[in-house]
Amino acid sequence: MFDFTTITTAIDQFLRSMMPAQFAIIVECILVAACALLAYVMFAIVMIFMERKVCAAFQCRLGPMRVGPWGLLQVFADVFKMLIKEIISINRSDSFLYRLAPYLVVMSSVLTFCCLPFAKGLQVLDFNMGVFFLMATSSFGVLGILLAGWSSNNKFSMIGAMRSGAQMISYELSIGLCMLTVVTLSGTMQISELVEQQHDAWFIFKGHLPAMLAFVIYLIAGNAETNRAPFDLPEAESELTAGFHTEYSGMHFGFFYVAEFMNLFIVAAIASTLFLGGWMPLHISGFDTFNMVMDYIPGIVWFLGKTFFIIWVLMWFRWTFPRLRIDQVPTLEWKYLVPIGLVNLLIMTVCVVMGWTF
Amino acid sequence: MEHYTSIIIFSVLSLLMIAAAIAAVTSSKIMRATTYLLFVLFGTAGLYFSMFYTFLGATQITVYAGGIVVLFVFVILLIGKGSIDVTHTSKLRYMAGVLASMSGLAITLYIIKTTHFIADKLDPNGVSMRTLGKTIMGTDKYNFVLTFEVLSILLLACMVGAILIARKK
Repeated sequence: MFDFTTITTAIDQFLRSMMPAQFAIIVECILVAACALLAYVMFAIVMIFMERKVCAAFQCRLGPMRVGPWGLLQVFADVFKMLIKEIISINRSDSFLYRLAPYLVVMSSVLTFCCLPFAKGLQVLDFNMGVFFLMATSSFGVLGILLAGWSSNNKFSMIGAMRSGAQMISYELSIGLCMLTVVTLSGTMQISELVEQQHDAWFIFKGHLPAMLAFVIYLIAGNAETNRAPFDLPEAESELTAGFHTEYSGMHFGFFYVAEFMNLFIVAAIASTLFLGGWMPLHISGFDTFNMVMDYIPGIVWFLGKTFFIIWVLMWFRWTFPRLRIDQVPTLEWKYLVPIGLVNLLIMTVCVVMGWTF
Repeated sequence: MEHYTSIIIFSVLSLLMIAAAIAAVTSSKIMRATTYLLFVLFGTAGLYFSMFYTFLGATQITVYAGGIVVLFVFVILLIGKGSIDVTHTSKLRYMAGVLASMSGLAITLYIIKTTHFIADKLDPNGVSMRTLGKTIMGTDKYNFVLTFEVLSILLLACMVGAILIARKK
């Protein structure tokens, strides 16, 4: 496999030869931040285009076709429109919190994005608490949504924010339990090591039944965590106009929009990292020739392929299932997913202790 | 040179924390005070990360930023309109507050001055998850299984109590 650390080390050596080590680190930090933000935005644009096309396919339409070939430039046109729109300030609202809220949401999303392993050595944040840090950074995005709903001085926004808060906090529990199941199986929390351990078989095959159950629960809870249909009650347009971001305009709304799409990407990427091997190619222990052929496909292609496959499944959910009622959302989580997740964790622990894993 | 960088990071973080802390106690809007408190907690997490104590830093973000502050916001939203204006009711109370914070500062400074610190930062690789897990769940000397269990029972009691209060008759 191609190791991206050769490129990063070369850049590091080059910078260190030009300036003192401390300045080199600062320059590297700025470079990494710029690249991460650029990748974040580019993925968001790809996702928005994909959402429109997938939605159109499920509704037997063509989707955007006018701007550019197959409507490829439609999203760029929309981004440009959003950038030149006026940012409206709301009467009798807390303008400081109103302006801060979208940045909190984006900050949480970008920090989580930085933990993703795109290919071997191509990962911004990687330390021994990787999975835990990932959960920590994704947990304060809900605060931005709550503040947005409250500071908009609008009852619909407030209801949307409360729904979103209740939903995201409770579904985080299921996500945590599913991650714990994988951590129990692997015995590590470092993301690069998690991927490395899947070199002979992906965790979904290694952990067989409990891992598959955890994968399914993770997909459901992840879908709820991103506030998308069938869990899009925080912005149920027929009840609450647009939920917590009703009052936002221009790029402030754009931040919420981008963060929502990127959270979907992050959920799918984590699912592919924890269960489907991340950038690790499909390896079957014993079949050496097959494994070698698979190694010729670069890691980043594997990672993005798996991630976009899961994104496609989640979009399929979105455009197929009807929205849940508000009382069904907590019922599903607290009466079904959490107990199943807990029992599943127990089964996985028993499997690991007895050595019933592959 | 590396020494200076860590000093710069420390000063930036602590200045941010002090400014946010002062803003949190002087702000008259309770929702804003909570948000400033969030910045203080982020700054603390940043300090832990700069000392390579990644576990405590991540815990700080999960428990305080993602848990406690969200809980505060929820409570504020549920009990009021979120814009309760905090006004200083009396001079006496104001003076008592100043006295309390000054004595807190004095005690902290005294402890910092008299304590001998073993190391100023941890191993860059951090404490391994295995060591942490064994320390929390171990039964040997300097292990914390009893504390862990007592805290679990306390939290369980809180949850049962909350359900009992919230339950319909």
